[in-house]
Amino acid sequence: MSNEDLLLLDFWVSPFCMRVKIALAEKGLSYESKEEDLFGGKSELLLKSNPIYQKVPVLLHNGKPLNESAIIVGYIDEKWPSPPLLPACAYGRSQARFWADYIDKKLFDAACTVWRSPGEAVEVAKKDFIEVLKVLEEALGENNFFGGETFGFVDIVAIPMAFWFYASEKFGNFTVEEECPKLSAWIKRSMQRESVAKVLPDPEKVYDFVIMFRKMQGIE
Amino acid sequence: MAEVKLLGAWGSPFSRRVEMALKLKGVEYEYIEEDLADKSPLLLKCNPIHKKVPVLLHNGKTIAESLVILEYIDETWKTNPIFPEDPYDKAMARFWAKFLDDTCMPAIWKIMWSKENQREKAIEEAIQHLKTLENELKDKKFFGGETIGLVDIVANFIGFWLGAVQEASGMELVNKENFPVLCRWIDEYVNCSVVKQNLPPRDELIAFLQPRFSASSWKY
Repeated sequence: MSNEDLLLLDFWVSPFCMRVKIALAEKGLSYESKEEDLFGGKSELLLKSNPIYQKVPVLLHNGKPLNESAIIVGYIDEKWPSPPLLPACAYGRSQARFWADYIDKKLFDAACTVWRSPGEAVEVAKKDFIEVLKVLEEALGENNFFGGETFGFVDIVAIPMAFWFYASEKFGNFTVEEECPKLSAWIKRSMQRESVAKVLPDPEKVYDFVIMFRKMQGIE
Repeated sequence: MAEVKLLGAWGSPFSRRVEMALKLKGVEYEYIEEDLADKSPLLLKCNPIHKKVPVLLHNGKTIAESLVILEYIDETWKTNPIFPEDPYDKAMARFWAKFLDDTCMPAIWKIMWSKENQREKAIEEAIQHLKTLENELKDKKFFGGETIGLVDIVANFIGFWLGAVQEASGMELVNKENFPVLCRWIDEYVNCSVVKQNLPPRDELIAFLQPRFSASSWKY
């Protein structure tokens, strides 16, 4: 355990914050955490540390702020190289970055669109979401993790999204297990890791959050 | 058979970024021009997910997404590094690259596609982001310091394409009065030899862009 000055500006349900927490846990790093009230009023520290986007997560290392979850995870991996989250070879790393980028561009939005869509639009949103899941399932192949034999960068980027799938499943009336059994197995396998298990929120609580959020946005 | 091949498009800033990086490092490569209106079987095979350029082929392996390719190039060919060495500085470079691609550029394009009654707001937003970018530059010669680095390469759209877009559309977003620091950087940038060699012919680019602005819906 190291005694680095690490402070995470956090929000309990944010999958992006979860990525950082999992990465820190994988490296055995202890840190302080400050829960932000994103709806009530963002803290001065958050607004000062991330003036452009004003979003969490923010990781402050010795007072210096880092923003954007995938970039933060990359920093953690480079600053504390053991155990490595990325493959050793440049090509393997490029593939990991490509999939992390794909997940960032497609996965969360596709999952949320299912529960954000009113009425009949849900069916289209569900189809799009399942398509994204199938692409990822194909990328996973027969491996235990996206990192191959070991849990790594892409797994960390993807697994927090899985806690939001329950909400999509309920609104879309389907299960990820039925549509993508290999991906579902990967989710279960990843959730058994200590670094993931100790930060994951209760999917029911995430679902309640989604209900509240939908009400706030006036979605029927 | 060339060891390194690049599938690109002459007018694409994303494609030209990769060429800039390869030339900076003295890497020999075969360039293959793609007709984006009629994508080749090779492109569709090499980038089935996004079907876009640029795609780098190295020893038969393919890498897509310009930022991912730039990381790969820097890790594979060590001459003239593009990324800073210090992990924090590297994270900041990645942050600004992402800001350019995810926030700055889309804001500029949004102006072009916006309806007349939304244009004012779109322009305000783009100017705000350009100001943020200018503030990051401060009194540095380049974003990378004394020599061009990742952020300068990724900012090629601002450095060159923006000028062509302004001329094609008749709209002036950036000039020496409102953006003195950014304009100073643009001058340094386009006169930099590795940049100069990797820009599309200005007249051709303007001619290519002009039809987008000749529709009656665009009035400026």
